[in-house]
Amino acid sequence: MKSLLTSTAIAATLALGAGTAQAEGNLSIYHWFEYMPQTLLDKFTAETGIIVTMDTYDSNEAMLASLKAGGMGTYDVAVPGDYMVSIMIGEGLLDTVADGELKNKGNIAPEWADPSFDPGWSHSIPYQWGSTSFMVDTAAFDGNIDTTDILFNPPAELSGRINMLDSQGEVLAMAALHLGIPQCSQDREQLKALDAMLQEAKGHWASFNSDTAKEVLVSGDVAVGQIYDGFGAKARADRASLKYAFPTQGYVAWMDNVVLLEDAPNRDSAIAFMDFLLEPENIAAVSNYARYGSGLAGVGPFLDPELASLPESNPPASAGPGVFIEVCDEATQAVYDRIWTNLKK
Amino acid sequence: MAGGAASGGSTQGDTYKEARNWLLLPAWVTLSILVLLPVLLMLVYSFLTKEFRGGVIWEFSLGAYDQFFFDRGLFGDEPPKLEWTYITIFWRSIWQAGLATILSLLIGFPTAYYIATRSEKVRPLWVFLITIPYWVNLLIRTVSMRFMLREEGPINNALVWSGLADSPIQMINTNFAVQIGLFYSYLPFMVLPIYAAVERYNFSLSEAASDLYASKWTTLRRIVLPSVRPGVVAGCILVFVPSMGAFLAPDLLGGAKNFMIGSLIEEQFKGNAGNWPFGAAASMILLSLVLIILTLYARQQARANKAGA
Repeated sequence: MKSLLTSTAIAATLALGAGTAQAEGNLSIYHWFEYMPQTLLDKFTAETGIIVTMDTYDSNEAMLASLKAGGMGTYDVAVPGDYMVSIMIGEGLLDTVADGELKNKGNIAPEWADPSFDPGWSHSIPYQWGSTSFMVDTAAFDGNIDTTDILFNPPAELSGRINMLDSQGEVLAMAALHLGIPQCSQDREQLKALDAMLQEAKGHWASFNSDTAKEVLVSGDVAVGQIYDGFGAKARADRASLKYAFPTQGYVAWMDNVVLLEDAPNRDSAIAFMDFLLEPENIAAVSNYARYGSGLAGVGPFLDPELASLPESNPPASAGPGVFIEVCDEATQAVYDRIWTNLKK
Repeated sequence: MAGGAASGGSTQGDTYKEARNWLLLPAWVTLSILVLLPVLLMLVYSFLTKEFRGGVIWEFSLGAYDQFFFDRGLFGDEPPKLEWTYITIFWRSIWQAGLATILSLLIGFPTAYYIATRSEKVRPLWVFLITIPYWVNLLIRTVSMRFMLREEGPINNALVWSGLADSPIQMINTNFAVQIGLFYSYLPFMVLPIYAAVERYNFSLSEAASDLYASKWTTLRRIVLPSVRPGVVAGCILVFVPSMGAFLAPDLLGGAKNFMIGSLIEEQFKGNAGNWPFGAAASMILLSLVLIILTLYARQQARANKAGA
């Protein structure tokens, strides 16, 4: 399914490129699936007269691959996650937003003023942020779920009923938290322990699936599943016994950001769009739809009141730290790639 | 006079040949652009240096093939051993694809035979019924199969209700589910070519065989099967080759716990780190395997034809 989505996206890319209908007043967005309310795009078009086209992807890596395989110069903006922003800056895929170009930049919340992945927001703006942890069906297990043992060393009643995300970054970051080791460890003993622990844990897992992460939980195919918090809220709406865990060892935090792509065919439209999303009322519409937090101040009055008390986005005091996925250097990454291949061979 | 006629004939032949070359041009252009060029591109990429996070550096390297065949340990600094990881993945795919081919043949042959022996009026209807599922996207058919096989799905419900099983049987996320998915997806590719071959078969040969006291089984084995063999072989190839590269069934029905060739290659182009040369090398190795099988078949076929003549 992933590849199908990607190839659709690539086909769409080619079609767009061939059309070259890049007159003034167009905007071409490359975005995650199920993440942008159509009504908001319609509002943008109504306000600015800019006609929006959007293609979707289902993982940061798929987006990067498609951009590197000829997608550059087709899209104006994309929405990579935190670590992918630093990778894209490193690869020279992002254009710089000059100071003063975005008149609403002051709306960014103070705690997000200077993110590690793009210091000073010189290529991006915040879109949504949240966490990646896991959900447990409390009808199948009523013990303590706020521990990474649920995933990596599960109690007997959950063994064989666990879905992991089919995503190297999220699985290995969670595993690092479980063992209490750095995400880009160069310590051989730690890496060997990580490899061994994952081999052992795999025996307890039913599947690796990202696209159906919510569906397998709702349908009861599995009793535990790694999932993003907003997706988790939607899953709970369909199956009330699902509970989102905040392990004491920590959980993965993420932030998706709208970036200005190098060689954007409609740079002015892109800047207008970024400014549009920096208005609290507009980004709140995204939060209301996607159930994630925005990085702006002053969104409160526009938010669904229910969001403030959402258990998926309000970690309890016992929760460990939320950590971003780290970007390892090439040699270290090679070892992690081998661990991942070992896991899935 | 006789010489003149001969030369006239050869001129005509040349014109015909010339025209034929021109007429073949569209086919050659299509094949070059859609088949040869991409394969060449892949071949070149498989010998390039990998760029971190996807892409290639234009420097010659055997690194991709080295990674496929040699295991240098978790940290890449041990003396090289034979790498079993990818061989295992290839073997798993070949095994699954082979089993799907055999199952399709066992079900597909009688089905095709049955259809071909119906009256000419109803045959198109049967063929139509066989092709109906193909109007639905493969992804949707595979997801539907997921619904069928799941723990609380209709098959398990029926098993438990009828008392054939005490508790639901674990079918989803197993190799069994992958096999069902492959078999189901590609069965018509087996039925249709065999049907075409059986339809052309001259049934008076069967009558002649039984007149000569051949049993039904002998007739099938010695007369029918050899006559429709091209259809059977075409069906086997059409099922085996796409099954080898399938990734929807392994991902959605098998739970993506074990790589098959298709998902392994896919991961190289859009996985976390991305390794295009390795993905290209794995594709080339797969392609070589398939070509070897096809060549062996073609040679054997040529020999059989010679022996027949």
